[in-house]
Amino acid sequence: MMETLTEMFAYTFLVRAVIVGLLVSLCASLLGVSLVLKRYSMIGDGLSNVGFGTLAIATAMNAAPLTVSIPVVVLAAFLLLRISENSKIKGDAAIALISSSALAIGVVVISLTTGMNTDVCGYLFGSILAMSKGDVVLSVVLAIVVLTLFVLCYNKIFAVTFDENFARATGTRTGLYNMLIAFLTAITIVLGMRMMGALLISSLIIFPALTSMRVCKKFKTVTVCAAFVSVICFFIGVVVSYLYATPTGASVVLVNLAVFLLFWAVRSGGTIMKGKKIL
Amino acid sequence: MALITCRDASFSYEGRVAVSGLNFEVRSGDYLCLVGENGSGKSTLIKGLLCLKTPSAGSVFFGDGLRANEVGYLPQQTAAQKDFPASAYEVVLSGRLSRRGIRPFYAKADKLAATKNIERLGIENLKNRCYRELSGGQQQRVLLARALCATKKLLLLDEPVAGLDPLVTQELYREIEKINRETGITVIMVSHDISGAVRYAGHILHLNGTQVFFGTTAEYTASEIGAGFMEGKRRGITQ
Repeated sequence: MMETLTEMFAYTFLVRAVIVGLLVSLCASLLGVSLVLKRYSMIGDGLSNVGFGTLAIATAMNAAPLTVSIPVVVLAAFLLLRISENSKIKGDAAIALISSSALAIGVVVISLTTGMNTDVCGYLFGSILAMSKGDVVLSVVLAIVVLTLFVLCYNKIFAVTFDENFARATGTRTGLYNMLIAFLTAITIVLGMRMMGALLISSLIIFPALTSMRVCKKFKTVTVCAAFVSVICFFIGVVVSYLYATPTGASVVLVNLAVFLLFWAVRSGGTIMKGKKIL
Repeated sequence: MALITCRDASFSYEGRVAVSGLNFEVRSGDYLCLVGENGSGKSTLIKGLLCLKTPSAGSVFFGDGLRANEVGYLPQQTAAQKDFPASAYEVVLSGRLSRRGIRPFYAKADKLAATKNIERLGIENLKNRCYRELSGGQQQRVLLARALCATKKLLLLDEPVAGLDPLVTQELYREIEKINRETGITVIMVSHDISGAVRYAGHILHLNGTQVFFGTTAEYTASEIGAGFMEGKRRGITQ
């Protein structure tokens, strides 16, 4: 086992990918707890598709991917948040509309410029080779911001997630926290997208929260557990993908799925046992 | 000066007027019940009193230096909340958040207040239970304890007894009345249960798209509209 790890980390690109991946998983899981509980899970999916579109345009324009993607995806995040809040158009339908449109724009732009090639596959399903030094720096900054936010504003995030109307009525600036969470989610997605793939990145947001909600009964434990589950799953996923030469993004998602099923089975098992005791 | 004064106020949704012609006063320590049919604008008015909606016409004044962080609110539950993974204690404590301002963590006084309100509602045994595993009545109590943590002057309750069985309903009414009597906190409650409303409230505001009646409970039961509404409800129940 140790040999495999030392062998793995002899490659600089793998070290970079693991650092960025671990930090992105951590941020995604923390933000995901709030998003999933507020029924905003689809936002992650929508944003990653918008990210794919911007990535395609950036490549076509020969621009740096992050400088184009980050502002556009942040804007899209605010827009999606607005749509989810106003119930005039049903939020989920509007998000599906935007995300498939962005995907279509991306595909058309790519086919008009470079043509459908392996790049497209990399964008959609992720590539471990995509991480640069700048990504490492950005992910460290992002992780620091997200962790600080969660420690300092933990109580406010809980209140806004549990009952936004109550929080707003009693004087908490819920709009600010919603925007902050949307903003950080957008950056997390753009960062993680090229490694995990546009179609797979949203699982980093949704799986850890759902998994830890199977067994944890307090918001605090749900949050902490989600962070651990996410980081551990990512690491196992990368090692598996190295050993069996499987795509990184897909491997991480499969590990997440396995852990989710495990937690689910544990809870179902627990309830059945409890039921027997009572009977 | 009154705690809340409405003058010719209207509230609307996307240009459609939900409730209009509101003229009433609520004084500190009052117990006001909002009654009316479904869609008569009760919940809209509550949102207006919470400053979640601004009046589309007329005005709402808040007197006695009432500020947002002195208001407690018991909302109608959303589907998302019913399976929320949080302990009852966490939910109750979150009521103290507005007192914290920008200070990030709860102080000892906040935790004491949460514990005190949990005891007041007799839900100590639920303190560490998961919110999603509680029954409807237990969840309402937890939310009421949270509202009590948040309030200093005003308590707004949006259908606190919806979906509860008659026994729990009576208990909850008695608790709300006790809070109003003992602490002098003003209570404004939306209720579909007219018999409970006239039994406990001091004032009644009857809405039906506009303000139909405002006055004391005694005046309401004596009035034609009040008698008619109560009679209709009773007939509806016996049918």
